[in-house]
Amino acid sequence: MRSRLEDFDVACPTSLDQALALLAAGAARPGSATPLAGATDLYVPFNAGHVAPTTFVSLHAVAEFKAPARWDGDVYTMGPLTTYADCRRDSRVARDLPLLVAAARELGALQIQNRGTWAGNIANASPAADGVPVLLAYDATLELTSPRGRRTLALTDYFTGYKTSLRAADELITAITVPMPRPAVGAPPVRVFFRKVGTRRLQAISKVVAAGVIERDAAGVVTTARLALGSVAPVTVRARAAEAALTGRPLDARAAEAAARAVMTDIAPIDDVRSTRDYRARMAAGLARAFAAPDPV
Amino acid sequence: MIGESPTRTDGAAKVTGRALYIDDVPFEGLLHGKTIRTTVPRGRLRGVRFLPGVPWDEFVVVTAADIPGRNVVVLIEHDQPYLAHDVVRHVAEPVVLIAHPDKGMVEKAATLVALDIDPLPAVFTIDDSVAAAAAGDAQHGEDNVFKRYHVARGDAPAALARADVVVEGTYETGAQEQLYIETQGVVAIASPARGVTVWGSMQCPYYVHKALGPVLGLPPERVRVIQTVTGGGFGGKEEYPNVIAGHAALLSWKAGGRPVKLVYDRLEDMWATTKRHPSRTTIRAGFTRDGDLTALHIAVDLDGGAYVTLTPVVLSRGTLHAGGAYACDDISIEARAVLTNAPPYGAFRGFGAPQTIFAIEMHMERAARVLGIDPLDLRRRNFLRPGDTLPTGQTLTEDPGLDAMLDEALAALGPRPVATPGGPWHGRGVATFFHGSGFTGSGEVKLASRAALEIAADGRIKVLAASTDIGQGTNTVFTQIVAERLGIPLADIEVVPPDTDIVPDSGPTVASRTSMVVGQLLDQAAQDLKLAVQAGGPPSSGPDFVSRAAAHVAAGKPRHYERQYEPPAGVSWDDATYTGDAYAAYAWSVHAVDVTIDRLTHQAEVADFVAVQEVGRVLHPILAAGQIEGGVAQGIGWALYEDVVLRDGAMVNHQLTNYILPTAADTVPIRTIFHERPYAYGPGGAKGIGELPMDGPAPAIGAAIADALGVLLPRIPFLPERILVAVDAAGGVKP
Amino acid sequence: MKLILKINGASRSVEAHPAKRLLDVLREECGLTGTKEGCGEGECGACTVLLDGRPVMSCLVPACQAQAAAITTIEGLAARDGALHPMQAAFAHEGGSQCGICTPGMILAAVAWTRDPDTADSVGEALAGNLCRCTGYTKIFAAVAAARDGGGT
Repeated sequence: MRSRLEDFDVACPTSLDQALALLAAGAARPGSATPLAGATDLYVPFNAGHVAPTTFVSLHAVAEFKAPARWDGDVYTMGPLTTYADCRRDSRVARDLPLLVAAARELGALQIQNRGTWAGNIANASPAADGVPVLLAYDATLELTSPRGRRTLALTDYFTGYKTSLRAADELITAITVPMPRPAVGAPPVRVFFRKVGTRRLQAISKVVAAGVIERDAAGVVTTARLALGSVAPVTVRARAAEAALTGRPLDARAAEAAARAVMTDIAPIDDVRSTRDYRARMAAGLARAFAAPDPV
Repeated sequence: MIGESPTRTDGAAKVTGRALYIDDVPFEGLLHGKTIRTTVPRGRLRGVRFLPGVPWDEFVVVTAADIPGRNVVVLIEHDQPYLAHDVVRHVAEPVVLIAHPDKGMVEKAATLVALDIDPLPAVFTIDDSVAAAAAGDAQHGEDNVFKRYHVARGDAPAALARADVVVEGTYETGAQEQLYIETQGVVAIASPARGVTVWGSMQCPYYVHKALGPVLGLPPERVRVIQTVTGGGFGGKEEYPNVIAGHAALLSWKAGGRPVKLVYDRLEDMWATTKRHPSRTTIRAGFTRDGDLTALHIAVDLDGGAYVTLTPVVLSRGTLHAGGAYACDDISIEARAVLTNAPPYGAFRGFGAPQTIFAIEMHMERAARVLGIDPLDLRRRNFLRPGDTLPTGQTLTEDPGLDAMLDEALAALGPRPVATPGGPWHGRGVATFFHGSGFTGSGEVKLASRAALEIAADGRIKVLAASTDIGQGTNTVFTQIVAERLGIPLADIEVVPPDTDIVPDSGPTVASRTSMVVGQLLDQAAQDLKLAVQAGGPPSSGPDFVSRAAAHVAAGKPRHYERQYEPPAGVSWDDATYTGDAYAAYAWSVHAVDVTIDRLTHQAEVADFVAVQEVGRVLHPILAAGQIEGGVAQGIGWALYEDVVLRDGAMVNHQLTNYILPTAADTVPIRTIFHERPYAYGPGGAKGIGELPMDGPAPAIGAAIADALGVLLPRIPFLPERILVAVDAAGGVKP
Repeated sequence: MKLILKINGASRSVEAHPAKRLLDVLREECGLTGTKEGCGEGECGACTVLLDGRPVMSCLVPACQAQAAAITTIEGLAARDGALHPMQAAFAHEGGSQCGICTPGMILAAVAWTRDPDTADSVGEALAGNLCRCTGYTKIFAAVAAARDGGGT
């Protein structure tokens, strides 16, 4: 442990108002208050001595956050402390939002899934955040709360750059809502896609990760395509060009090739210790192609 | 007893968490130490500044000027300082030591030490190093070469000129981190009045013992080293503990004898400590048209890093294994190890052999393709057989039995997997190889190891040896050997924890030597003890023997039975010419593997792995299989996942998030088959086993990838990025 | 700060910084050194303990957050009379433990899975968060299978 504990404070608010007040008090000085949920991300740099002195505002005792995630009709709402394991244990999520379970299963080891939270994954805004692409694919919405009030915004609009976002220093992510996609009448089933290309099978960081949803009309023409990619740009990205290349046409080999070509303009991969720029580009193209592959006969 | 698998003697302590590793042992008044290291690869140290922010007057601070004895880490050559004082030669080189009772304070202070260093030009490759030396900027000797060997038999140049076909290839292997899960750690108490005592995680207490005297200016009798339960070593705790033990002792000395703990965190351990030597091996092989190997010229280069450490010995073992398991009468092996400005490379399971065996095995694959011969047939055609002669002139008297082992490995693997449309590519590969047991050449004679048994007052038997159980199960095997000889239950035998004040020097715990060499000494000591206790009377065993042993002691008769190593009859070695019997015994092995390669990611994975080996008599089947399985897994890691990424010579991915070990999810059960042919000079017939399994996985997997893709990759690790590039360069997959 | 922790069935009051890693509180304040540090970054699993029966990396748990949970460490697994838990016995007998430093965390992860088998589809997945450098996992798989076959949960 390279951090000196005495340089840090911890506040354990028991209500949302207290938590927000603590964050608001710290907001005047950037970095002076840091929300802490499952700690699986923050404690890694903390262990390594790479976190500047701050007051951790631990959210674990906030009464309002103890409610489990819930379904309202076709909308699934997670709280700030909903973990990956919580999702894996929810049979309706497994059936209706299978991408969440697929991503959770490959997100760190069970020990991480038992503690790590979806909201924390979003808040840290890493381009390699493995929980984010599936939420983008489902077009999730965030609720942000501060003493100034609540606002909602689309997750798609949330990230602004490498580890930066629209979340103000006094705001908490208080809810993540995920609508369940439903096929149009007579249309083929909604297609969902998740594939992580990691450094190994499990307990891995992504070299590239992709998640997507395709909805079609009764004629098989794509009406909505959402494809999200991680670890290929400063932020987790929606592959807008690839999506556009697929929309308004049936899924066939040409469409898949069009998506694979188009996705190149959606990404800006780099070389780092985990992989290479070229490999990531090839994987992104391959994943886009697989995402848009014709239905198996 | 021998040949059975009793529960390991330390099993209960380990599964309950009661086993105390160095970081678990309580000490009163403990100071926590930290090592301040360079961040430049080469330069001249101008000064050290202690920046404000902590109460420096509360700290113990040690620089080179504080060293009471000689500022050298005693090993082979005396080139490595404990603390740099003038020239620094690598990133992460120790310069200052600090200690304080508050661990958090130490960590903070460590960020407030500034090292002022004027940079000098550094070299990071073998070729750049040799070129820099030729241009007049040598850092070691005149040519930056730490060591050279030339082993030759027959006339390789002439045989190459005569050959029908000459196949040439160059093969490279990367560094590898030992990654024992317990990091390096020691506690030291040292003062002029009390001498020095070091407790810690280590393979070789007497290496540490030998190093501590000179740095503290103490005679050997005032140095005491005690091994604590050790959480893995794999070579990484062979020589490095000399460094960390010396550092902790220096801090304690300066602190007036207060105990000082140095336990590295994972970041420091991976950044600063030794790793497997990177290598480059170029082979020219001559063949007849139908595949007889007629000539071999092999050039081996090891990257030694910035100081000599054990590099010459690693190079020696690499050299002696470079020809592989093949008969060739005209062979020349030229090997050298070269300085670079990287943290020193050091011991790691296999000790140079995995590097050169990778090269020769991959070269057989390449040659088979050039010759149009099945790679297995090419191997069989050239396998070493009784009467064949190894490169140093050693003639094989026994049949290694490689044909039968290869047959068995392939049979165990079964029919080739059938590819499914769109599914992964499949490939199958083998590696066939040997590994010499024990120290090289005259090494065991020079070591002159000693081990002893002692009868306690109650008639129970104590085992006294400096050989360490670092997980491999040494203590259990020692217990079995003695129990078998004396005919008494395991429970009546106790292995005394290694403590240089108590146990004789049975040599280092390295080189696959402990069961075979030290076990044999204990077996001989047990024979002596048994004869003495029986005193010409009738044979005795069990409780009767124990009570007679107690009476023997009560009667004032000798209780201590010690044996010293003597070489097997007929074994000879000449260090000057590097000829003779390189090893007293060889273990033989065939690895066979099925791999899959994902069509999108090009990630290769092991689908099935069979390891067949001949290691003499198997003393403890579960422990022996555990050695094979663990070694194979490390070999798979080296082949497929473990990439030490270097910048300025030092590891930049020095954290477990980015240095990738295979997990349980990536691992299939390793299937282990033993062929047992008892060895006359090992206890119960045993030979060495520990390093052997490290040699085969990389070339077997390389062969399997070549089989699957039609592309032979000459460099490990076989990362998917590299496989993809190689497939592209070859114009696609051509299985 | 005073922390109330429920460890191995007993409530303990310890004085510790609330941000202190649960790992360090267990080892230093509670003297439970069976929980090991292997990496300090949540990768190796040597520090695995159970919180309310579920495995977590104790190097990534602020001690203040562990107060509400029932904590199980390796010291709490054997019976009060010292009899080994079947998983412990299987690891010892089957060769699942070599150097032993990963063993406490590995055993706890294995026990959690056998008690709650829906959490992972395979033993490989269940133990993917626990690195072992000695065994190649083969004997660990054998030990877990033996403990499960013997009803060892």
